[in-house]
Amino acid sequence: MAQAVAAKDEQLDRWAVIWDWITTSDHKKIGLLYFWTSLTFFFVGGLLALGVRSQLAVPNSTMISPDVYNQFFTMHALVMIFLALMPMSVAFFNYIIPLQIGARDVAFPRLNSFSYWVYLFGGLLLCSGFLFGEAPDIGWTGYTSLSSAQYTPGMSGDFYVMGLQVLGISSLAGGLNFFVTIVNMRAPGMSLMRMPIFVWMSLITFVLIMLAFPSLTVALFALMMDRNFDTVFFSASDGSVVMWQHLFWIFGHPEVYILILPAFGIISEVLPTFSRKPLFGYSFVVFSGIAIAFLGFGVWVHHMFTVGMGPIPNMVFSTTTMLIAIPTGVKILNWVATLWGGSIRLTTAMLFATAFVGMFTIGGISGVMHAAVPIDYWQHDTYFVVAHLHYVLFGGTMFGLIAGTYYWFPKMFGRYMSESIGRVHFWLTLIGFNLTFFPMHFLGVDGMPRRIYTYPSDYGYELWNMVATIGAYLLGLGMALMVYNLIKSIRSGEPASADPWDGRTIEWTTTSPPAKHNFDHTPQIRARDDFWDQKYNRKGEAETTPAEEHIHLPPGSYIPLLVALGLMLMGAGVIFTLWLSVIGGIVVTVGLFAWAFEPND
Amino acid sequence: MTSADHHTGHAEHATTTGITHNKMMMWSFLASDCMFFGTLIMMYMVYRPDMAELGGVGPNDLLDIPFSSLMTFVLLMSSLAFVLGLSALQRGNHAGMRVWLSATAILGLLFLGGEGFEYMKFYNEGLSLGTNVFGTAYFVTTGFHKLHVLIGVIWLLGLVAMSYRGQIGVHQSEKVEIAGLYWHFVDIVWIVIFTFIFLVPYR
Repeated sequence: MAQAVAAKDEQLDRWAVIWDWITTSDHKKIGLLYFWTSLTFFFVGGLLALGVRSQLAVPNSTMISPDVYNQFFTMHALVMIFLALMPMSVAFFNYIIPLQIGARDVAFPRLNSFSYWVYLFGGLLLCSGFLFGEAPDIGWTGYTSLSSAQYTPGMSGDFYVMGLQVLGISSLAGGLNFFVTIVNMRAPGMSLMRMPIFVWMSLITFVLIMLAFPSLTVALFALMMDRNFDTVFFSASDGSVVMWQHLFWIFGHPEVYILILPAFGIISEVLPTFSRKPLFGYSFVVFSGIAIAFLGFGVWVHHMFTVGMGPIPNMVFSTTTMLIAIPTGVKILNWVATLWGGSIRLTTAMLFATAFVGMFTIGGISGVMHAAVPIDYWQHDTYFVVAHLHYVLFGGTMFGLIAGTYYWFPKMFGRYMSESIGRVHFWLTLIGFNLTFFPMHFLGVDGMPRRIYTYPSDYGYELWNMVATIGAYLLGLGMALMVYNLIKSIRSGEPASADPWDGRTIEWTTTSPPAKHNFDHTPQIRARDDFWDQKYNRKGEAETTPAEEHIHLPPGSYIPLLVALGLMLMGAGVIFTLWLSVIGGIVVTVGLFAWAFEPND
Repeated sequence: MTSADHHTGHAEHATTTGITHNKMMMWSFLASDCMFFGTLIMMYMVYRPDMAELGGVGPNDLLDIPFSSLMTFVLLMSSLAFVLGLSALQRGNHAGMRVWLSATAILGLLFLGGEGFEYMKFYNEGLSLGTNVFGTAYFVTTGFHKLHVLIGVIWLLGLVAMSYRGQIGVHQSEKVEIAGLYWHFVDIVWIVIFTFIFLVPYR
């Protein structure tokens, strides 16, 4: 009898824990939700990539059907960009930014929870196309007329449009929320030029999100109207087919910087910490980040050189694209100079961060090659572009995010990740990555088009395709090892202190993992790299405000989840039947009123 | 030293910039919304040169500048009414605020009614979403503006209701001010739309 009661209690406890995670407005818990969800989606995207690579391993392969192949490469891109890389950056925004600026939470905790649930439901909506055998199959760029109702009549185009539209709401809400958080919630003394560089790069990312996503919203809305409500925005006879490309890339190019800037920020934290030197040229890194973001809005036509807009636009955008290499190069030199003369500790985080510099430089250089119009005519839509973008997004963004994972794991879980497994993970990943993507340069130069289902055997593509496929499996193995390392280290990793790496920024002043309220005292910032300054220049005099008797934290709420669910229903309604949209609209409206009047102070 | 240094005990009230989170959020949202309408209007401008030749149901046959000028006047007057309402609240005149904010909402509704009437008129003359690129771009661009006005009207009426329930004190005038940022922004967008969709001749 007593046992039954205990079991019931345990069950109740479990429900309480689940309810707590569902309703949480704690930035750290939301960060972890983002982390695990994006990691899951990363493996979904990875499996899709292995499907693509398996099909391409040998010529004339018919392992999977062409239709499925189209769905695989389209969904691989969408899942990786919108459901894995961006949200994994958001995981670090959530967990780390409030700690680095000395805040107790974000400016709008319920909106933060809303962002997460919209991301999850939007991701499920986007992926649910597979359940109907009609996942998006039009390339992640969704070019019209291919994506118009005439040529993609089924649900697949609608999954693309509505999935991305819902996800865009999540990004925008998150971007606005964190922008306000950084601008408004810094600890006393933390002027802009004393902010940790990760916070700076994130701040720039949020401005990009705020200003670039509206273009995608408009483009997706117009495509939705074209597909379902007879408008003629992108009709070849009445509207403009190229309009889609402009709108998409006005969003799409800043999106590239939205993906890479957080990784820039992460490695700008990792490299100084493990070199025991301040970041070389802090203000250069900051202002080159701003320059990249600014120029990033003026280069979108380099994705469209072959559209035929004539020499003048091509020349202008070729120039701006080459210009953007300057601030990027400045950053690379700063990182190298940070390593110069430092007492370097090659931890796994540091290995990934240094590999980032090398891999990203390769991707950056092939990017500058595309900027030259005549060369781009040759390389456009070939595997050379695939090689370039993976060097930037995997060798860049993903390496940065992995470095961040190893670096901040002790703060998040109070334990170290295993360094020995980490090393194997690193070498498998680095070798697998280069085996996969470096041969694609050769394939591209030899003229192998991207997004093709298969290739004949006498074109000389066999060798490098086979090498790339083998590399992809190695890469998959490496990433699986990372998950093993994560799980193993959470369970039985070596316990970590509050400051396991001899860190520089104030997230290392609080316990690992941090208490719910982050800091017992509000930190007082006296210098850039304040914690380092406190340890070595001010000789350990921790300066804080007097102890606070009452630390106010907002309660959790289930309403963000409800509104997010309504939004997903609204999106699903356009795909299936508009009645769902009506129900979703009612849920959203009621939810928003409940949100506005919910006592939350 | 900023004033924030001295108020750390009440972190939720003190911000680094001295501007409240809510107001900063509204400004940031408006920056984003600027890009949203900017994209819509730029799209319209790209399609515009093709619109002059649309026979029968093109902009030259349908647009009624005197009528939409009247609607523009109505919407601009709503902004004036709003400012008077905010000023009344700041002087402690709650009844005055309710009157002026209600007037703002009513003027907004009048604008929506007038524009709805124009939609019906265009539709009866044969212009629908799919007729041509003018129908497409006109209905979608102005439609998003109307959606913004509608949300603003609901917000204003909500504020009036809250005021009746005594939930907006003199020192909480920022609640009204933030709604005002939004309302004035929507007005300004209309001025741009009115200029580029209605006033500039189609040739």
